Amino acid sequence: MYKGQSGMWSWLLHRVAGLGILLFLLVHIVDISLLNFGPNVYDEGIALFGTAIVRVISLALIAAVLYHSFNGIRIMLIDFWPKAVRYQATMFVIVLVVTIVCFLPMAYFVIGPVFGWPTGNMPAGM
Amino acid sequence: MRISTGYGPRPASGAGFETFSWYFMRLSALGLIFLVIIHLLLNHVTTDVSCTSYQLVAIRYANPFWRLYDWLLLTLGLLHGMNGLRVVIDDYVRSRGWRLVWVSSVGLLTLIFFMLGTITLITFHPVAGSLGPSCLPQ
Repeated sequence: MYKGQSGMWSWLLHRVAGLGILLFLLVHIVDISLLNFGPNVYDEGIALFGTAIVRVISLALIAAVLYHSFNGIRIMLIDFWPKAVRYQATMFVIVLVVTIVCFLPMAYFVIGPVFGWPTGNMPAGM
Repeated sequence: MRISTGYGPRPASGAGFETFSWYFMRLSALGLIFLVIIHLLLNHVTTDVSCTSYQLVAIRYANPFWRLYDWLLLTLGLLHGMNGLRVVIDDYVRSRGWRLVWVSSVGLLTLIFFMLGTITLITFHPVAGSLGPSCLPQ
């Protein structure tokens, strides 16, 4: 009865996003620990983050974080507000829309430097 | 039992670990929403990621607020994520032996990464003479 409906997809996406974010977090803790080795080593790692392919991966991370956050809010609403479960499908649509709406401007800033779009920031050398 | 075992009947409700974990996920999530989104905005949007260099970190971490902010992000994020991973393991691993292996690994990883992150945050001290531009030349 529940298989293949909005409830299942929202749960599955939430889980996949969460695991993806966790995996990134472990990598991130390691790359920040490069601070211990001084500016040369650390800055080399940061230069990697500026490359086009890593920017694309960052987009996936941002999408995952936004979705996981907003769907998490939806879950908390269902947990703590008894009537909310009736609107779970509507809330799922809202979660998807808000995720995309918040994602697009952030994506512009992240991928913009690859194409030379104006961001007001000064990404060096792109 | 009030803790999930990965097999058998679901853990009993009440004042046990599983109930605490349920509340912890939601409370940590509330904190993380603000911590993470602001972190993303500051490091990817208001500043381009290629400008988040050693120099920028030195400037930020001169103020202990940012070290504490990042440490909260580290702690809440690790615990929230690793606890979620424990739930995922409970969904798929039935064998008691393997569950012990997986959940112990999760616990060990949590400890290792927490220590690594905390040590970095506490001990970071900019190397003398590391002043330079924030944005890195490509």
